[in-house]
Amino acid sequence: MTRLSGGLIDRNRSLNFTFDGKSYTGHAGDTLASALLANDVRLMGRGFKYHRPRGVFTAGSEEPNALVELRAGNRQEPNTRATVAELFEGLDARSQNHVGSLGFDLLAVNDLMSPFFAAGFYYKTFMWPKAFWEKLYEPMIRRAAGLGSLSMQADPDSYDAGFLHCDLLVIGGGAAGLAAALTAARTGARVILADEDFRLGGRLLAESAPLDRPAAEWIAEVEAEFASLPNLRVMRRTTVWGAFDHGIYGAVERVSDHLPTPGKRVRQSLWRITAKRAILAAGATERHIPFANNDRPGVMMAGAMRAYANRWAVSPAKRVAIFTNNDDGHRTAADLAAKGVEIAAVVDSRPDAPARGSYRTIAGGMVTDSKGRLGLAKVEVTQNGRAEWIDCGALGVSGGWNPNLHIASHHRGRPVWNEAAQAFLAEDGNVAGLSIAGAAAGKGSTAQALASGAQAAVAALADIGISAHLPDLPRAEDEALNLKPLWHVPGKGRAWVDFQNDVTVKDVKLAYVENLRPVEHLKRWTTLGMATDQGKTSNVTAIAVMAELTGQSINQTGTTIFRPPYTPVSMSVLGGGDTGAHFRPRRLTPTHEWAKSQGAVFVEVGQWMRAQYFPRKGETEWRQTVDREVLATRAGVGICDVTTLGKVDVQGADAGEFLDRVYANAMKSLKVGMVRYGLMLREDGFAWDDGTCARLAEDQYVVTTTTANAGTIYKHMEFCRQCLWPELDVQLISTTDAWAQMSVAGPHARKLLERVVDGFDISNEGFPFMACANLTVCGGLRARLFRISFSGELAYEIAVPARYGNALMARMLQVGADLGATPYGTETLGVLRIEKGHAAGNELNGQTTAQMLGMGKMVSTKKDSIGAVLSRREGMVADRRVLVGFQPVNAADPVMAGAHLFAEGAAQDTANDQGWITSACYSPHVGSAIGLGYLVNGDSRKGEVVVAANPLQGQSVRVRVVSAHFVDPEGGRVRD
Amino acid sequence: MRYSGFRVIKEALTGHKGWKPIWRNPDPQPAYDYIIVGGGGHGLATAYYLANTFKKARIAVLEKSWLGSGNIGRNTTIIRSNYMLPGNEPFYEFSMKLWENLEQEFNFNAMVSQRGILNLCHTDAQRDAFRRRGNAMIFAGADAELLDREGVRAMYPWLNFDNARFPIKGGLLQRRAGTARHDGVAWGYARGADRAGVDLIQNCEVTGFRIEGGKLRGVETSRGYIAANKVGVAVAGSSGRVMAQAGMRLPIESHVLQAFVSEGLKPTIDGVITFGAGHFYVSQSDKGGLVFGGDIDGYNSYAQRGNMAVIEDVAQGGMALMPAIGRARLLRVWGGIMDMSMDGSPIIDKTPVEGLYLNAGWCYGGFKATPASGYTFAHLLATDTPHDTAKAYRLDRFERGYPIDEKGMGATPNLH
Amino acid sequence: MLIPHPLLGLRDSEEFSYLGDATLLERPDGMAADAPQRFYEYQHLRDNPAGVHRELWFHEQGDRSWLVVTRNTVTHEILGAELARDVKLAMAKGGAA
Repeated sequence: MTRLSGGLIDRNRSLNFTFDGKSYTGHAGDTLASALLANDVRLMGRGFKYHRPRGVFTAGSEEPNALVELRAGNRQEPNTRATVAELFEGLDARSQNHVGSLGFDLLAVNDLMSPFFAAGFYYKTFMWPKAFWEKLYEPMIRRAAGLGSLSMQADPDSYDAGFLHCDLLVIGGGAAGLAAALTAARTGARVILADEDFRLGGRLLAESAPLDRPAAEWIAEVEAEFASLPNLRVMRRTTVWGAFDHGIYGAVERVSDHLPTPGKRVRQSLWRITAKRAILAAGATERHIPFANNDRPGVMMAGAMRAYANRWAVSPAKRVAIFTNNDDGHRTAADLAAKGVEIAAVVDSRPDAPARGSYRTIAGGMVTDSKGRLGLAKVEVTQNGRAEWIDCGALGVSGGWNPNLHIASHHRGRPVWNEAAQAFLAEDGNVAGLSIAGAAAGKGSTAQALASGAQAAVAALADIGISAHLPDLPRAEDEALNLKPLWHVPGKGRAWVDFQNDVTVKDVKLAYVENLRPVEHLKRWTTLGMATDQGKTSNVTAIAVMAELTGQSINQTGTTIFRPPYTPVSMSVLGGGDTGAHFRPRRLTPTHEWAKSQGAVFVEVGQWMRAQYFPRKGETEWRQTVDREVLATRAGVGICDVTTLGKVDVQGADAGEFLDRVYANAMKSLKVGMVRYGLMLREDGFAWDDGTCARLAEDQYVVTTTTANAGTIYKHMEFCRQCLWPELDVQLISTTDAWAQMSVAGPHARKLLERVVDGFDISNEGFPFMACANLTVCGGLRARLFRISFSGELAYEIAVPARYGNALMARMLQVGADLGATPYGTETLGVLRIEKGHAAGNELNGQTTAQMLGMGKMVSTKKDSIGAVLSRREGMVADRRVLVGFQPVNAADPVMAGAHLFAEGAAQDTANDQGWITSACYSPHVGSAIGLGYLVNGDSRKGEVVVAANPLQGQSVRVRVVSAHFVDPEGGRVRD
Repeated sequence: MRYSGFRVIKEALTGHKGWKPIWRNPDPQPAYDYIIVGGGGHGLATAYYLANTFKKARIAVLEKSWLGSGNIGRNTTIIRSNYMLPGNEPFYEFSMKLWENLEQEFNFNAMVSQRGILNLCHTDAQRDAFRRRGNAMIFAGADAELLDREGVRAMYPWLNFDNARFPIKGGLLQRRAGTARHDGVAWGYARGADRAGVDLIQNCEVTGFRIEGGKLRGVETSRGYIAANKVGVAVAGSSGRVMAQAGMRLPIESHVLQAFVSEGLKPTIDGVITFGAGHFYVSQSDKGGLVFGGDIDGYNSYAQRGNMAVIEDVAQGGMALMPAIGRARLLRVWGGIMDMSMDGSPIIDKTPVEGLYLNAGWCYGGFKATPASGYTFAHLLATDTPHDTAKAYRLDRFERGYPIDEKGMGATPNLH
Repeated sequence: MLIPHPLLGLRDSEEFSYLGDATLLERPDGMAADAPQRFYEYQHLRDNPAGVHRELWFHEQGDRSWLVVTRNTVTHEILGAELARDVKLAMAKGGAA
């Protein structure tokens, strides 16, 4: 087929492309679908179930048939609708879902088997023999199902996400949308006009004479004015895909999909648009009329046929027929005839069909069958019981129009059937702040659309206190459809309702017979409307057929609910570019640069990157490094960045009282200059978090939390302060990131610190265990010193303003070189604390009680504190599992965290389970693996041998129950 | 009518004229021995087992909308028994064993497919917790395997191993886990219950309970009063609303969970995969769609729809874990109401009202529990004693201090 | 969602984290004789209404205020937001929660 005259393509720019490996040429302004039609390609795909030949059915984003794999390699994009794929030089597309060539699909044998594939057949069979489902039937079904394929390579393109705000969002750039945007933007209000097409105008582009002047001319004028209005943002190639709460709309802008590759730009952008008001002017989707064998390439919507002729200057055939139940079908006939296409006939089901032109009109007729192997060759027309075959290469079908009200029902407001409009309509306000205009509101003539768009804008702006005036709009056609409903052509052959999921009228009837009549059952039983077009071209028709069967009205039959997105949205753009290493931000500790320079290995700890260990030359295994760090710390002095522990500064006259209520143990009684270990419970009585609480002044405490709970505990403390006890004089601030804090541990810790502290007495007498102070270091740098120990060694934590972290670390290692000062990371930190029997995340996992931790007595009964009351519940008191240590009987045996504990000889099942190993490591101090864990009555079972069973890894190890304190159980070292 | 391949062939050859309604549409009787409130998966399964296993009669299921319209009709279809705590694991393993024989039992192909579930871990602490959990599964008679990074790579080489913010360190694999066709499960139970004489009554909303002297007499409905000896309530997200009619407050909040499906694609993802460093889990349906989900929105809601932040969060998680699905498109997102309990575990118990029983608190994990939930609830209704595997699901466990808190998040429903 | 912060105006709900029913403001007295029963109810039982719900949100990525937001759980419409601190202080003075 050669091109017709006219159209909005740029004939001076030719673009080469390939489809199924064959080269073709189209023009700028073409879509893949229009370019293929211009090259006489009608066969574009295969049906889902029966693999029948399929061609393009629509000219828009509702396309059910012409789905292709676009691009190649890691940019391969399955299920792309050829009707919205903008042509570009070098475009490469392939048909999908066939075995063998598109023209000779081996799976087309399914069509012969179609009687066996009726709705729901798979629920009734494939059950015997039992094992065959997973081994044979299901793999077969999976291979046959699906449409296009992914390359399974990472998407190479970039994406981003952004926020936009406006007074008015206009969704759709057709007649109604343009009028609305023009009206609103002239007031100076902030307006966004978003349209899914690459060219503004909507149906104005598809009609021959919608206005009293050339439509393209008027659109150009409007666009020129738009360009002069800085308060208006026109977003072409942008689909608003979802309405969310409080005026938030999701939109995707296809920035580079019309280019061979995005180059330096992003491929697509995700926008979150917050709009005070919005107008839905998304137009309408034509509906078809099912008849036998209505799925051949060449059968398409009449409105689409007209759009191809008027906008893209192409006809799917030289001789076409029309099947309509309303006046709109005649428009297609007239437009195509005017462009020299032969009109074989207009089959109008209305007995009183008007004779509109010079073409043959068959009033009261219906198309009852079709023929043509890979494309339409002829249609059977029946009029008054008399059938005749009419040759035609294409058939335009017009059954009326369904308003595109999808977004207006995203908040679950159900559309209501309107008898006069013969369509489901949604109400303004179904989505708060959203009104509907134009064909989306059932106002389908161009004149109605223009007027309603402008009026909707005036009303929406008035709502937010902006006064707007109706603009002068061009005079436009204002014809009624005069539709007489015809929902399907009666007959015996298969008549498709949902093309993409291969649902026929027969399937709807079967669902009726089998009593799956509610619309949701119909949908789920037949899979109607569940394909990539979400039923845009099929749902209403199926509902009407079901209504006819049940004798209920369409309104009683009801409708399914439209869900976002309006049209499918790529996963990549929804991710917005926060992918790969950028998935979440990285928090770096104040000694990160220093640690990096020392060759540290880092590990992800929540959002933090922490030094895990510091390998030295010659160390080939991480264990060598960690053992060295542990021994160096216990023998000399080790330094570790512990900044990530949460820090909350608590100030005010009632700070002590406040902390008394937050901690299970008492804090008010703590003396200034001293630190106390603190245990926090959740209000449900379980252990939540632990840390230290240092009293720096009468009215100032600094408390620490675990790394994992830093944010949560701060939030909880603010809850206590603001929501429970606002009368207390207390203020909180999180200072986790403000202070670089380092643990200095080991017998030489004091000696080292004496070399950095400025004239402050840190002797054992002057600064005993659990002392704290504000002081200065390194000649005047303000610092905080805490004498606390996580390792069981003489230890301190020293804090300086975060920006001095790298410097202080370097200085301490420098001045401590002769003392063996050794940096250590989180692995050694873990070993040191396990050796000392200190609980950490694995023990404080939210399921354990103070009693299990051996800290039951810390929960004061003399005061009310968070969690105290519920910690005394029967079941919690009855839980006799207690934290103890474990050592393998055979020193060479492994101890694994996650092994469960059983009495020797007991059957290893749920009933006999006595606890589990929480943490384990190799202890260079002990000389074997060791573990901590909860064991029933563990505190009275020291010396007993139990089994640590880890069948998951085929291990079962005899372990001896020991004290959790492997190092210095008397606690002398920390006090030296 | 019994379904079989033979029957399908026969009907195909004779123009599908012989199919019968899959279930009846009976009018409600004035009185029943048992009324199940809620025609979702759990309610239908309860009626099915009550009639077929416990041989009870005079049973009705009252559904305010269409059968299967609850969360059974809008979930991500995952079945698994990979729990850790002794209160949970035996129950879910019981459920798994019921799944394994379900289709032959109720003569309906619900497409139970043991494709395996792989939970990924990204830290040493997660691996420790997986070890504890995997061992607990084995001790309860379930299957579990611990994979290292290379083991994961061998299964799914296209996961993000090269450029990850949170590198994959391994995973916990349960091969017997998988997926089932959610609607098929509802229909199979409904049809099986109907064939055993259960009245499935649609468009019948319970509007009140008639309680006299602490004993339940019957229910008020939109189709009139119906007397009953015992009433079991299995209404998931509506539990609070329904039980308020009996004067009860529950340890439950209703929250919205969004779920997602992509366009149909040729097979690419064989089993179920969950991300351990973000909120994302995915499988591929037999029809080809990637079915995936993430976290609940996090606020109380009965709206059956969610917001955009969670959609982005889920997509970010998906793209971070599997950048190879970037060119697939999201087709549809929907929301369901989750009955989030205070410890993340369910309740199957009597209530203080004699004759009124409660099945609730399934959070977003009710689908996999459907068979066992129905079976054990039927057991409770029929015998007035809890089934062995459901003994921990007591209503008074919060008061008495026996929570079943798999995640250790405490009494904060939106964190479970 | 957008939350009308009483001090900062409309803010995206993503800046907040959610806790739950505002009855959590009414923590019982832990030293009272009936504390076990009251704490059980306070911590666990909820009205869980389908309709207007008063609930606690924390402006975590903002000014760290706790808010009592009144929101409809069926429509998500927000009817108001107050500083939780003000609500609690008013309660202490004998006002309703």
